[in-house]
Amino acid sequence: MPYVPHSEGDRNAMLAAIGVRSIEQLFEDVPEPARFPDLELPPALSEMEARWELEMLAEADLTTADGPCFLGAGAYRHFAPAVVDSFLRRGEFYTAYTPYQPEVSQGTLQSIFEYQTMICALTGMEASNASHYDGATATAEAVITAINVHRMKRRKVVVSPFVHPEYRAVVRTYTQGMGLNIVGDDDPQADLIDHVDDDTACLIVQSPNFLGQVEDLQSLADAVHRKKSLLIVAADPISLGLLKPPGAFGADIVVGDGQGMGGGLNFGGPYLGFFATRMKYVRKMAGRLVGQTVDAEGQRGFVLTLSTREQHIRRERATSNICTNQGLMVLAAAIYMSALGRCGLRQVAELCYHKAHYAADRVDELAGYTVLRDKPFFKEFVVRCPGPVKEINDHLFDDWGIIGGYDLGRGYAHLQDHMLLCVTEMNPREEIDVLVEALKEVAS
Amino acid sequence: MTEPLIFEISRPGRCAAQLPDLDVPPTDLPDDLVRDDLPLPEVSELDLVRHYTRLSQMNHGVDTGFYPLGSCTMKYNPKINEEMARLPGFAHLHPYQPVEMVQGALFLMHYLQEFLKEIGGFAGVSLQPAAGAHGELTGVLMMRAYHLDRGDEHRKVVLVPDSAHGTNPATTSMSGLRVVEIPSDERGNVDLKALEAACREHGEQLVGLMLTNPNTLGLFDEHVEQITRMIHGHGGLMYGDGANMNALLGVARPGDLGFDVLHYNLHKTFSTPHGGGGPGSGPVGASERLAPFLPAPVVAVDEALSDDKVEFYKFVNPPKSIGPVKAFYGHFGVMVRAYTYIRMLGADGLRRAAEYSVLNANYVMSRVKDTYRVPYDRICMHEFVCEGCFDDVPDVHALDVSKRLIDYGFHPPTNYFPLIVHEALMIEPTETESKETLDAFSDGLLRIAEEAHTDPDLLHGAPHNAPVRRLDEVWAAKQLILRWQPEEE
Repeated sequence: MPYVPHSEGDRNAMLAAIGVRSIEQLFEDVPEPARFPDLELPPALSEMEARWELEMLAEADLTTADGPCFLGAGAYRHFAPAVVDSFLRRGEFYTAYTPYQPEVSQGTLQSIFEYQTMICALTGMEASNASHYDGATATAEAVITAINVHRMKRRKVVVSPFVHPEYRAVVRTYTQGMGLNIVGDDDPQADLIDHVDDDTACLIVQSPNFLGQVEDLQSLADAVHRKKSLLIVAADPISLGLLKPPGAFGADIVVGDGQGMGGGLNFGGPYLGFFATRMKYVRKMAGRLVGQTVDAEGQRGFVLTLSTREQHIRRERATSNICTNQGLMVLAAAIYMSALGRCGLRQVAELCYHKAHYAADRVDELAGYTVLRDKPFFKEFVVRCPGPVKEINDHLFDDWGIIGGYDLGRGYAHLQDHMLLCVTEMNPREEIDVLVEALKEVAS
Repeated sequence: MTEPLIFEISRPGRCAAQLPDLDVPPTDLPDDLVRDDLPLPEVSELDLVRHYTRLSQMNHGVDTGFYPLGSCTMKYNPKINEEMARLPGFAHLHPYQPVEMVQGALFLMHYLQEFLKEIGGFAGVSLQPAAGAHGELTGVLMMRAYHLDRGDEHRKVVLVPDSAHGTNPATTSMSGLRVVEIPSDERGNVDLKALEAACREHGEQLVGLMLTNPNTLGLFDEHVEQITRMIHGHGGLMYGDGANMNALLGVARPGDLGFDVLHYNLHKTFSTPHGGGGPGSGPVGASERLAPFLPAPVVAVDEALSDDKVEFYKFVNPPKSIGPVKAFYGHFGVMVRAYTYIRMLGADGLRRAAEYSVLNANYVMSRVKDTYRVPYDRICMHEFVCEGCFDDVPDVHALDVSKRLIDYGFHPPTNYFPLIVHEALMIEPTETESKETLDAFSDGLLRIAEEAHTDPDLLHGAPHNAPVRRLDEVWAAKQLILRWQPEEE
């Protein structure tokens, strides 16, 4: 039997010490009719057989590593140096839990403190928590924070239609019991600022947005702050290697998904929700926070702090119910940011920027395709295609082995036949050139 | 032993990553949008490796020593799970790839749903929730939606026992519902009289009861069938907090006991690692009447494309879904690990895990209960709670006992929880620990009790041989230093 060490002798000695005759006797509180059901599960496998089964399943998948891939839309291919995974494999990190006992958890605590510092640097904010489940749930928690900042007196939330569709859906799921009025994303043509009024708790915008475009954060911040409302910005951390941080425009809360920072694709999770804000809102924020302190000898150390906001102390009055978050993904992001550092992250961001613009220029030259260029973009851009995106993607894959872009018609009625293409440092020029060839052939 | 911050070993010009040269013609950067500075550290690869290696050495994990943290199920995390989650056919999948490209992954998700349904006795399972508390939010929103769907708009009250984990009341508030706390009786069960009174008082407003069973005292509620009948009789639903599911694998199925919805913790019960505080995974199981409300999407067999030989899988949205609770499909990487674990244990192995977890907890309790008062002296399940204090040495507290355990090489138990036990130490050994480890830990606890009497300052000053001495949590909350900032010139 895997992973249980007792011999017959151990078991009998332990039963005797407890004062029972059999293991079954330990379960007499369980109602008899329900006790010891026969579970219909497939027979147990040895480690070797389990490996074969899992390898067979994994090999049944076609992956983004099998050929050129231009799919992004909230989950990105970025290069993670080998040092990242080598530390994710260390048992001292991955077999620990939440650092409730700081004296034996300084490794986890200090790495979270370093992560918090780097997230602040990246976003231009003053305080970062120790993570949320992903960008979508971080956005939902930011909305709840904004509602709490206004002491539940403001009930309106304005959200840009170009915030990731799944983020917007998750905000609605999370807040369905709170009686909020969530507006702004039903009409892509309308001006968001027109929705902001004295009942508005916050405005949520993503930049670069779901279409890859950089938003005018300054004018949004000015309009939102005139109504004493909060500006929540969802950002791509890789873009912040190059772009001005949302904090520089006066954002009140910056959230996003840190998946691109050492996390990998993993079919949608686990990813990393980051959340940063201003010190004045820190007591309203959700999630774990690590703070610096001193030990009994005056040495520097780190502990979880401001727990009085949290569920295990405050119970029904907590800022959130969050407990377990994304510890190991935080470590991945901290190591990623340290490894790339000041120059490296800028270099990754520039590679994305230049390659995406090269790809956009080449695709724009093709007959039948038009790149939308009404706003600046970072690593993703929108292409109007000569036919349904699904048909084009099928051709790209079947004939060229290319995983094409995201079909924007899925979430936007006015963007039928529009494809969202993503280009990162992981796409060498040859792949871009092949994509252009393939799109040209598909159109003809 | 302290380690400098990564910022303190940073030197201008260093970088631990090598990136390719630009291979396309550059485009002008949008100068007005470009940031001036990016204050990230600059370190060499070797300095970075030494830094994080030293940090890792300042951590206690299951791989380094016994970790009896109550209600957290710190069992061994098998190495094979880690390798399987990193197979390229799983790790390099994009969530928006067409389903025909990812049938292997969907097979795994489908069968993990099926396994969890069978283990819990439920009609439907969603793998989307990211952690236990996230599963709770999912389940409570589902209960709320169920009542609203029936036109029952007045149901706003959720009953929560006083022994419950703090996430239960916090989740209830987040869902826009109201908490009513139910006391425990003298045997550690839900107090039936108080429950009945609450049901009568709030009958028409009752959403349901959130019950952890075994509860946080490590006790299986002796009246679970009566409780279920009472809640259902008042039109309420039973929420099961599956944090303690490790005791029930192959022992009892919550669905059979009358629970309508329950979250599992793959990172506790199904051996996936705790990661220093996540990622976890908190799938939710639901009975026939609640399954239509599960979060979207779930994996289902696509009958139209399947035949006798090959099943084809697709994502579907349950008809009355509360919506998605996170982006994409859940923590797929964690699911691969849990699937591997269930395949290797099978039905017999899962039952054996539950049995030995209960055997181990009862064994440690039998060894220490004459020295550390156990407030509810019954056979426990996978964990037990004792008082970490002594009548004759009033200034020694559970925290002192815990910190002294560090000097003996053990991770402390959960402290000061559940709140209803004075100076609580909540001890969960798990099934993967040997008798020798349990004996060493029990011996340690007994010696600490002696030390408490002979040399209490040894406990007050503990830990003595950890990387740092006892840390000042009040100082941290007062100073509120949440990030490193360069010293001003």
